[in-house]
Amino acid sequence: MNPSPGDKGNLLEVRGLRTWFPIRAGILQRVTGQIRAVDGIELNVRRGETLALVGESGCGKSTLGYSLLRLIESQEGEVLFNGQDLCSVPPDELKDLRRKLQIVFQDPMAALNPRSRVRDSIAEGMECFGIGNNDAERTQRVAELMERVGLDPRQMDRYPHEFSGGQRQRICVVRALAVEPEFIVLDESVSALDVSIQAQMLNLLQGLQEEFGLTYLFITHDLGVVRYIADRVAVMYLGQIVEEGSADQIFESPRHPYTRILLSAVPSVNPDERTRPLRVQGEVPSPSNPPSGCRFHPRCPDAIERCSLEMPELETRPEGGVRCILAPE
Amino acid sequence: MTQPLLELKDLETSFPSSAETVSGRASVVEGVTLSIDAGEVLALVGESGCGKSVTALSILRLIPKPGRIERGEILLEGRDLRTLSIPEMRKVRGNQIAMIFQEPMTSLNPVVRVGDQVVEAIRLHEKVSRKAALARTLELFEKVSMPDAKARLRAFPHELSGGLKQRVMIAMALSSHPKLLIADEPTTALDVTVQAQTLELLRDLRQEMDMAVLLITHDLGVVNQLADRVAVMYAGKVVETGTREDVFRQARHPYTKSLLRSMPALAKPQEPLYEIAGSVPVPGEWPAGCRFVTRCEEGDDFCGEEPAPRRRLSHSHACWCHRVEGVQDES
Repeated sequence: MNPSPGDKGNLLEVRGLRTWFPIRAGILQRVTGQIRAVDGIELNVRRGETLALVGESGCGKSTLGYSLLRLIESQEGEVLFNGQDLCSVPPDELKDLRRKLQIVFQDPMAALNPRSRVRDSIAEGMECFGIGNNDAERTQRVAELMERVGLDPRQMDRYPHEFSGGQRQRICVVRALAVEPEFIVLDESVSALDVSIQAQMLNLLQGLQEEFGLTYLFITHDLGVVRYIADRVAVMYLGQIVEEGSADQIFESPRHPYTRILLSAVPSVNPDERTRPLRVQGEVPSPSNPPSGCRFHPRCPDAIERCSLEMPELETRPEGGVRCILAPE
Repeated sequence: MTQPLLELKDLETSFPSSAETVSGRASVVEGVTLSIDAGEVLALVGESGCGKSVTALSILRLIPKPGRIERGEILLEGRDLRTLSIPEMRKVRGNQIAMIFQEPMTSLNPVVRVGDQVVEAIRLHEKVSRKAALARTLELFEKVSMPDAKARLRAFPHELSGGLKQRVMIAMALSSHPKLLIADEPTTALDVTVQAQTLELLRDLRQEMDMAVLLITHDLGVVNQLADRVAVMYAGKVVETGTREDVFRQARHPYTKSLLRSMPALAKPQEPLYEIAGSVPVPGEWPAGCRFVTRCEEGDDFCGEEPAPRRRLSHSHACWCHRVEGVQDES
C-alpha cells in the first residue's frame, strides 16, 4: 500500500487483530465456546487524524479500543505503533509506550477515584512516568492544563463529586493530556453529556488535537457527532470492520448495506423530513456463533445465496474499503 | 372549544435543598402550564435537571418523598388529580394514564416470564380470567410487532434484547387502552436502529389507538420524529411552546435557538460548533428573573430581575422571554 501524496503516514496499524473471550461452563469450567468480540481487524490510524469507530452495542468497538492499548490481551495479530508491535513488546518496554497511548472513558464519575483530589488524580500519571522533577512542577502543570480546558485551577484540591458531569470529563481529558500522549482513545467520551455541554467538549477536543498534534480514535454510537468530528470512519459489525472511508464518503455514499441502514436510522432534526429507517430483519446474532459467510447476510436486505457461503474480504485501498461482495464501485 | 385531555396549571414541585432558601426547599418545577389534547403527541424537551421527568412524575403523583407538589392543578378531562384519594389515584395510573421508562431492564421483574407480567397488569385493572388475559397479551405482543410473539410470552426478561424488553413495556402500558401514555426517554437506552423501529412503532400505535403521548426526551431528533407539539424546559420552567414546525423552524427563545445551533448534526464540519457558555445552575441557585440570563447572549441586567412573561407569537407558538416581541398574556 503506497501512501498518497500529503499523507502523514500511519501512527497506528492494526493487522489481523483477534480478541476472543472464552465461555466457561460446568463445574470444571471447561471452555465451551468463544465470544469473538474482535475478529480479524485491519485498521490504519493516520497521524493527527480523528478516526471514528462506530457500531451498535456489542459489536466489539470498545473491546477493540482496549485491545489496542493492551488493556485486554489479544490472542492474535499485531498493533504497530510507530512501527513497533505493541502486542509483543516486553512488559518493561510497554510501560514507556503506555505513556503515549491514553484513554478517556464514557463515565467520568466511574473513571475518577472519588476519594482522591483531582490534583492527585491528574498528577499520579505524571509521577508514574517521571514527568516533572518535583511536586511543585507537577502542580504547576496541572494548573496550566486545567486552565487550558476551561477549569478553574483553584479548584484542584476538590473531589470529583464537587464538579459537574462536563467538568469531570474535562478532568479526565487533563489526566490523559498530562503525560504527553500521542494517541488517545475516546470511548464514548461525550455520549453521557447534555447537548450544550457536548458541544463545548467537542470544540475542546478539536482545539487540543491541533495544539498538541494528537491522534484520536473516537469510539461512539452517535453518528451525528461523528459527522462533525471525524476525518475518517470505520463501521464495525459483529467483531469486524465492514466499511472504512473518509467521513464524507461514508455519509454521502455509503457502500455497505449495514452502513446505509445505520445512517437511515439516525433521527433527523430537519422538520421537513421524518426519518424512514430502512428495514432490517431480526436482531444482531450472538458473537459466540456468528453466521457463515458474510456476518450481516441474515439481516441484509440485499443478500443473495453467495453471501451465506463466502466471507467477503475487506478491500485494502488507501482511501478505505468495504467488506461486501455486492458493493457498488 | 373542546376540553384538553390533560391540563397542567401553574404546577410547582419542590424538594429539600441544601441551598440557602427560606423554606429549606427548592422548587425544581415552577409555574408549569401545559395542555395535551386527545390523540396528540407533546414533547417535553430539555437537558438533565431541567425538571421534565419531575413534571411527568407529578402528573401521576409519583413524586418520591420528601419531594412534594406545592401548588397547581393537574386536570385530566377536567378532574383535578390532586384532589383524588390514593385508591382513586391508583385507578388512574396504568389505566387512563400509563407510563414507560428509559430502562426497560429495571422496569421488568427479572424472575417472572414477560407474558405473565403483562397478564398480571391486565388482571389488576380488569376482572378477567387468566386465560382471557393471556389471549389479550398475545394480541398486544402482536400489536407491538414482537417477533415470534407466542414463544416470547414464556421468555424471561434476560432472554430479550433491550428493544424487545421495551416492546414488552409498551404492550403492558397499552393493555388498559390508556388515553395518555407518558414516555420518559423511551429510546435513550436503545441502539439507533432499534430506536428507529421503536419510534415508528409508537407513531403507528398512537394513530391506531388514538392515544395522546407525553414524550420526555433530551434528543431533538427524537422530538422531530414523533411530536406534534413541543415544550422546551430550562431550569424548572417552560421557556417556549409551539408546534414542531414553530420550534424547529422559527425558534424564538434564546435557549431553544442555542440548543438547535449546538447540535453536531446541524453543524458544518470544520467550523467550530456553537456552544452555550457555562452550565445549568443547580436548583435553589436559580436567578430571580429569567433563569437563562446567566448563559444568554441576548439578555441584559433587567432580564435577571423580573421573571419573563409569556408572550404569544401566534395561536400555537408562545415564548417566555423579555427580549421577544409579542402579545403579552394577562394571566
